[in-house]
Amino acid sequence: MAEQERRQVSRREEPAEDIEDLDDSGVERAEKLKEETDELLDEIDAVLEENAEEFVRNYIQKGGE
Amino acid sequence: MSLPMVCGIETEYGITVLGADEFNPVVSSSLLINSYADSVARRVRWDFEDESPGRDARGPTAADAKPPEIETHLVNVVLTNGARYYVDHAHPEYSSPEVMDPRQAALYDKAGELIVSRSVRAAQSHLEAGQRMIVYKNNSDGKGNSYGCHENYLLDRKLAFSKIVTHMLAFFATRQVICGAGKVGAEHGQAACDFQISQRADFFEEEVGLETTLKRPIVNTRDEPHADPGKYRRLHVIVGDANMSEVSTYLKVGITSLVLAMIEGSDPPELAVLNPVGAIHAVSHDPTCRKLLQLTDGTRATPVEIQWEYHDRVRKYLHEADIQLDAVYDDVLDRWESVLTALEADPMQLDGVLDWPTKLGLLESYRHKNELDWSSPRLKLIDLQYHDVDPRRSIAHKLMDSGRLERILGEAEIEEAAVTPPADTRAWFRGRCLERFPNSIVAANWDSIVFDVGEDSLRRVPMLEPRRGTKEIVGDLLESSESPEALLEALGQ
Repeated sequence: MAEQERRQVSRREEPAEDIEDLDDSGVERAEKLKEETDELLDEIDAVLEENAEEFVRNYIQKGGE
Repeated sequence: MSLPMVCGIETEYGITVLGADEFNPVVSSSLLINSYADSVARRVRWDFEDESPGRDARGPTAADAKPPEIETHLVNVVLTNGARYYVDHAHPEYSSPEVMDPRQAALYDKAGELIVSRSVRAAQSHLEAGQRMIVYKNNSDGKGNSYGCHENYLLDRKLAFSKIVTHMLAFFATRQVICGAGKVGAEHGQAACDFQISQRADFFEEEVGLETTLKRPIVNTRDEPHADPGKYRRLHVIVGDANMSEVSTYLKVGITSLVLAMIEGSDPPELAVLNPVGAIHAVSHDPTCRKLLQLTDGTRATPVEIQWEYHDRVRKYLHEADIQLDAVYDDVLDRWESVLTALEADPMQLDGVLDWPTKLGLLESYRHKNELDWSSPRLKLIDLQYHDVDPRRSIAHKLMDSGRLERILGEAEIEEAAVTPPADTRAWFRGRCLERFPNSIVAANWDSIVFDVGEDSLRRVPMLEPRRGTKEIVGDLLESSESPEALLEALGQ
């Protein structure tokens, strides 16, 4: 069963390991990533509806379909 | 009907109006659609002549089945892109035009989202000061009320319905690991959880049935092909989530088309889970995707392994039947493989590709930054607002705009698809007739258009063949006809 073998092979494949230690550029990259994530989370805070608890409680739909 | 396969997606949207003393979803949905229809064109009403949603694919004797209601008095219009836009129960619904491949399905699904967001803007000007309309492309209010996103696939009538049931239950129970939209918490009596893969899974109670609003079945038996019933059946799939990720929609329709084509064209051995309803709940409630499901042959497998099995069977079928695929289906196969590989290693590798891992990744980041418990309403709000159709408020749009959620479609083609029908199905004829002769069309539906050209009787042009009425077949004739009378004459009507 060629198909079976191919699947076994593809399933054993591990994602490429990043064996590099976190050198300076790695630390920089990680910091930049964190900064970007924080920026995004701030952006989300800026557009989130006010009073989450009340908003979520009041969002009620009739079943559809 | 083998590949390429005619398909389409119908989506019910959630709707609310902030600041309204008494919110009436039917009135608001009508306002939404009317505002859009008034802003773009003369309205053409939907024609209910050939509707029969109560017909059951298992035959006329299914004792537990009641035909769903059709509310004919509600707003119901046809758009120039070939879509139907209407109020269904208490929700606005967009039914995409018939398309020929999964990329087009994703494109016309996104076009629908754009149409709805434009509708919100148009409707907003009719609201009182202090009120704001919000529309979500999701499937649940988190309180046990669900609304659907249904896919439709045109199949050969000769394909026995029982064969579809045999082969699709395990597929539908597990494909959510790829196309689930993600949800905070559980509902509808299911065990509590922090986060689950699917919006809809909690609501499924039966394996097979005609219902869509209660006791929802994994395989729906509605037998209403909207085409020549002697040649075709339409598989009405109610088990999916509404997706924001273009890749999720594309793969959802793509892999389902491939599996259906395989079932139509061959007789694969049985692949079935012991308890499909239990499985669909369990798979959704396990974001690690490692839950072992009991199969009918006595073995056990994870949802990802079951998807691998379908993937391998499709490849094998295509190879043995020597079927040359259009490039889009080759791409679906390759992506299916790479997504399964990632799901097996770590589903969070798909943060930024598919909806549910992206939503989960975002919720985890937000939770850690703000030190929130999973019970925080702010997380539930992020879950909702991920699906907002307003690009200024939609979190999914924020992720796409900042390059954090992969896109496969272009803005320009989505805008085009909001007003122009797909060229390679009968939707072309429907949409273009509407664009060219709006004042002479009194009604339209999936399989006919009714013209009023000032004679005693109206003239119905039947379109029972979904792959006719294309640009290639009628394009020249339609565009060169100077009047509806000339068109009808040229068509031999």
